[in-house]
Amino acid sequence: MRELRIHGRGGQGSVTAAELIATAAFTAGVFSQAFPAFGVERRGAPVQAFVRFSDEKIRLRSQVYEPDYVIVQDSTLIRDVNVFSGMKDGGIVLINTEKNGEYNVPAGVKVIAFDATKIAIEEIGLPITNTTLMGAFAAASGEITLEALKGAIEERFPAKLAASNFNAAKRAYEMIKEGAF
Amino acid sequence: MPLGIGCTARPGQSRNNKTGSWRVYYPILDTEKCTKCGTCQLICPEGCITQNEDKTYAIDLDFCKGCGMCAEECPDKAKAISMHLEEK
Amino acid sequence: MTMQIMEGSIAVAETVRLCRPQVISAYPITPQTHIVEGLASIVADGRLDAEYICVESEFSALSACIGASAAGSRVYSATTSQGLALMAEVVFNSAGMRLPIVMGIANRAISAPLSIWNDQQDSIMMRDSGWLQFYAEDNQEAVDLHILAYKICEDHNILLPAFVCFDGFILSHVYEPVDIPEQEAVDAFLGPFNPYQKLDCNDPISFGMYATPEYYLEFRYEHDQAVKRAAEAFKKYGKEFAEQFGRDYSELVTQYKTEDAETILIAMGSICGTIKDAIDEMRADGKKVGLLGIRCFRPFPSEDLRALLGNAQRVAVLDKNVSLGAKGAVALEVKDACYGMDLPIYDYILGLGGRDVRKSDIKNIVALCEEGKGDMFYGLREEVL
Repeated sequence: MRELRIHGRGGQGSVTAAELIATAAFTAGVFSQAFPAFGVERRGAPVQAFVRFSDEKIRLRSQVYEPDYVIVQDSTLIRDVNVFSGMKDGGIVLINTEKNGEYNVPAGVKVIAFDATKIAIEEIGLPITNTTLMGAFAAASGEITLEALKGAIEERFPAKLAASNFNAAKRAYEMIKEGAF
Repeated sequence: MPLGIGCTARPGQSRNNKTGSWRVYYPILDTEKCTKCGTCQLICPEGCITQNEDKTYAIDLDFCKGCGMCAEECPDKAKAISMHLEEK
Repeated sequence: MTMQIMEGSIAVAETVRLCRPQVISAYPITPQTHIVEGLASIVADGRLDAEYICVESEFSALSACIGASAAGSRVYSATTSQGLALMAEVVFNSAGMRLPIVMGIANRAISAPLSIWNDQQDSIMMRDSGWLQFYAEDNQEAVDLHILAYKICEDHNILLPAFVCFDGFILSHVYEPVDIPEQEAVDAFLGPFNPYQKLDCNDPISFGMYATPEYYLEFRYEHDQAVKRAAEAFKKYGKEFAEQFGRDYSELVTQYKTEDAETILIAMGSICGTIKDAIDEMRADGKKVGLLGIRCFRPFPSEDLRALLGNAQRVAVLDKNVSLGAKGAVALEVKDACYGMDLPIYDYILGLGGRDVRKSDIKNIVALCEEGKGDMFYGLREEVL
């Protein structure tokens, strides 16, 4: 079983990201589970969402404490929340940031930091980065395919919004695949 | 009587409970004095005063509890209802 | 069978649609909201021919359900926590009137202190109301138990309302694969609602009349007998369910690796999944641990538990509720069921108000149980006491 933890702020679409990633994984034939950790239900408050991937039915209901993957939607969270907590050796963390920073990650964790906000604004016209980061996650982890992600996005959003969101996801996917970050 | 499921009841069950037995005083209606105003029927708490087809009123003593409200409220100009001690 | 991935609340709403309730009345409350939003959309979109009655409170919601059920409709409601507390009077009334209402409970803690998060104190609060209570381990069970609940409740030999309980957020808000049955299969299993008696202007009756001291005791006895009969009905219809849908519900208590277990855990709801994973890991380390999951809390499966605990050396009951001043509700029942058996039974109150329960917690509890330590709140943060 592989586990993903998404850190974001209320309103950034972290829960939606978890749901769409789980949907994409499931449609490609993997058992998946997505759920939020609701804190104060308020815009801007730190939130977490979780995804599990497994070849067998998933029974575990606890939150994710030792993730294989972490997505950080907003790098300012790193000051307040230990977003790298419990990450496994060989794990991957995706960080949305416009800066080139150094991160104090556990040993063996690969950091992929890039400006998802810029891509989201250019493609969608909004600083909502969840779909962009989903594309990057697909490329970096291999847990979901770009095609399955397209299906999940199209199922969730109206056609026009789905198209722009998928363009953002695809751009991030290709960027990560090419190692251009 | 066996219990119904959900404590259901058919209407009219209170007819089985003849409240007239509680009575100490019973009313007598003088049809000569009665102006057929209907006040007694309106105020009777047991609903045991009914109007006959000939517009006169009748008191059902099976259910009359003898409260005397009909006698009290019968208008001064008629005073057609009087209360009398029940002999038991 | 077609597995789909969706949120638990939506899976429940879609299943309720398949049960064809004619009247739905509910008041939104976290974490039940997505269910009633889903049902409101389903009715508004014409996917279900039902009256959706908007009300101003949970008290009114269940009151409307009483009227509709007494008038001969299949009805549905859903609530949680404070909403259920506000319904209290109507919960008891609907049970006493023996109306086969099905209500989803997205289990949540009770105020004060205010908590929107999961435990099972809310439905446990209503354990003496005469409603049946079923608990789902995952969303597939939440789906299936809704269908099964209508079948059991509407049996003229039962005629009782039922809670279908599933843990708030943990199940109501989780996306996971679930098989939503076909309409034809649900129709074949349930059939149309056939009321035992109903409000009818041409043949009038009244429901829930008063009972004098000569009758009240007998009414309560008959109500109790009906709740107890529901155990056999659950098993019978659970077996029929397996024939129709391929998933077996013929037992009130689910078993996991109990045959040779020295330590048996007893729990209710979504925590059972985490326990099973923990058991697999403990068994890999040579510990003989098993789980009995209480799927039906009312009626309580006392005899089933006695039989299933015959070979155990010790029992740990995990309660996501507490009867303050006594113990957890499940532990009290288990101790009663096992009275006279030479079997130590320990209670662990845990996971209240959304406190996460991990596999490591389950292992710690098994260790405590082996040391003979129990009847305690597990996982207290001593530093804040």
